[in-house]
Amino acid sequence: MNYVLRRFGHAVLLLIGVSILSFLFSSLAPGNYFDEMRLSAQISQETVSALRTHYNLDRPLAWRYAHWLGSVARGDLGFSFAYNMPTAPLLWSRARNTLVLMVPATLIAWLLALPIGIWSAERRGKLPDVTVTLVSAALLVIPDLLLALGLLLVAVRTHIFPTGGMVSVGYRDLSWGRRLQDVVLHMALPVTVLVLSSLPTLVRHIRAAVADELETGFLRAARAHGIPRRMRLYRYALRAAANPLIALFGFSLGTLLSGSLMLEVVMSWPGLGPLLLEAILARDVYLVIGGVLLSTVFLVSGNLLADVLLYWADPRIRAERGPA
Amino acid sequence: MNHERKLGFWLGALAALHVVIACAGFFAPYDPTVQNRERPYAPPQRLHWTDAQGKFHLLRPFVYAIRVKEGTFDEYKQDLSRPVHLRFLVLGARYKLLGMFPCRLHLFSTDGSPVFLMGSDAYGRDLYSRTLYGGQISVLAGLLAAGLALILGWTLGAAAGFFGGWADTLLMRTGELFLALPWLYLLFAARAFLPLSLSPWRTFFLIVVLVGAVGWARPARLIRGVVLSVRGRDYVRAARGFGATNFYLLRNHVLPETWSVMFTQAAILVPQYILAEVTLSFLGLGVAEPVPSWGNLLASLQQYNVLTSYWWMCLPGVAMVPFFLGYLVLTSALQQKANASKI
Repeated sequence: MNYVLRRFGHAVLLLIGVSILSFLFSSLAPGNYFDEMRLSAQISQETVSALRTHYNLDRPLAWRYAHWLGSVARGDLGFSFAYNMPTAPLLWSRARNTLVLMVPATLIAWLLALPIGIWSAERRGKLPDVTVTLVSAALLVIPDLLLALGLLLVAVRTHIFPTGGMVSVGYRDLSWGRRLQDVVLHMALPVTVLVLSSLPTLVRHIRAAVADELETGFLRAARAHGIPRRMRLYRYALRAAANPLIALFGFSLGTLLSGSLMLEVVMSWPGLGPLLLEAILARDVYLVIGGVLLSTVFLVSGNLLADVLLYWADPRIRAERGPA
Repeated sequence: MNHERKLGFWLGALAALHVVIACAGFFAPYDPTVQNRERPYAPPQRLHWTDAQGKFHLLRPFVYAIRVKEGTFDEYKQDLSRPVHLRFLVLGARYKLLGMFPCRLHLFSTDGSPVFLMGSDAYGRDLYSRTLYGGQISVLAGLLAAGLALILGWTLGAAAGFFGGWADTLLMRTGELFLALPWLYLLFAARAFLPLSLSPWRTFFLIVVLVGAVGWARPARLIRGVVLSVRGRDYVRAARGFGATNFYLLRNHVLPETWSVMFTQAAILVPQYILAEVTLSFLGLGVAEPVPSWGNLLASLQQYNVLTSYWWMCLPGVAMVPFFLGYLVLTSALQQKANASKI
């Protein structure tokens, strides 16, 4: 347990580091949210400077950081200038939308990648493996951006799928079943792109990990003993190959909030991506810091979860780094 | 030997692609910023080799002249009676070859009406020329940023591995900080806190520095591992025993060992950083109009009507694919070679 605690402490330190780093960056920035107001003739200079004072922009950086930490403790995560409200509720609702997209995409990608990867590892060098390798290489070289645009183009031409947004116009009047159907229809395209873009990496890792194990003596022995194929592959090979895959799974979970950033902008999905982009363009500093921090929390806890899972799954690690 | 040959072939292919991009001025018929306001959104024109009489022009392919249909602004009609022949190696718009040598020679061009092999954009600018010139920005950004990240990574990683102690701990902990951050978010955040409207070239260098500075951690980590293993070897310890200085050891024993890691990292990082520039420019945070980059060429597709009506605006995105393919194969060839040399 000592080991897990140490990893946890490490993660917390990392988050503090990231928050300090983003504050430092923000202080280096020329200009702030109220600069555009200064150019406007209708708002007097006094108002602008009063606003600046009100939002503590004139205070030193360390003070602002401490103040911000206080608002984090209250669960506000700072104050958004553009929306004139605490950042946290904004981030939560958008993060929820991002998760609606990313959780099914990650699940589907893993559920597809596991059998494909194992299958391809088993038939190494044969036709199925070559096909899988070629297709995954092809998917790897096509940028996600192009994939998204291509699918949008198809959707526009065929009118099967809606081309952007999360819900249709009359969403509020629909019944529950209809609402679900509507959202699922809107999700189809972005989820497809996300699955297709993460699939090749997953398949390659799974294939490499399992192929290594298939050549080991114990699996050949298992085969000689007549243990059925399915059991050999999924029970023995996969279990032995699990370590790098668990780490990869942790990383997958970690990117839940940051993986679909650009796609959301392209497909106008109301997730964190467009919010963050707007915030950047408007210089809404705390919103940006909040978004970066939230996604870092996910990434760090994904890695942490992988560590814990590894600790739980692999007795060797327990023996090596455990309390003993 | 097989690996060597494969590596050689893909290196050659990649080099050829880079030469085409580097000499964009020669391969592109027009200046990327020249507008033809009377020909907005012209579709790609097909090259023909046989004319209406069935006569075959091997050396003088042609396109049919296009005309805007009456009463529309973006629908075109081919004028089958007016073939426009391509002329090869002709003098045309001025450009600077490799950014230095003033030059006027173009691979091909036409007399009179312009030819749009990949169509034209909203201002009637030739998309083919813009894609080539845009590649200069994007590929150069990728190369420079990767170079910066590798130099930073090598210096810091080698220092950490070679000297050890508190410097090692500090550098590697900082590196973890950078690795822990979602990469694109970090880039976004850093970009967020820098001025938004800058001249294209200053934005370009800003992006290069940002991407490079954010990306040092991974190469540094790998280099540190190599250096650690080299440092403990007998011949290095012997050299130190004979009185070799740190600088001598770093240059003669450590540096050669790190080459293969550096090359592999370069092959991985360059396409990744090209994509970073493309993403930033696509979202309007990068190099701005009228200077073309692969990212801002695709940016107009964010408008629904452009996506629905003018599919050829996607073509600059397709142009990236060969680059990524080249780098991907290069990476796997380098990795195979590294594995083969280990055994």
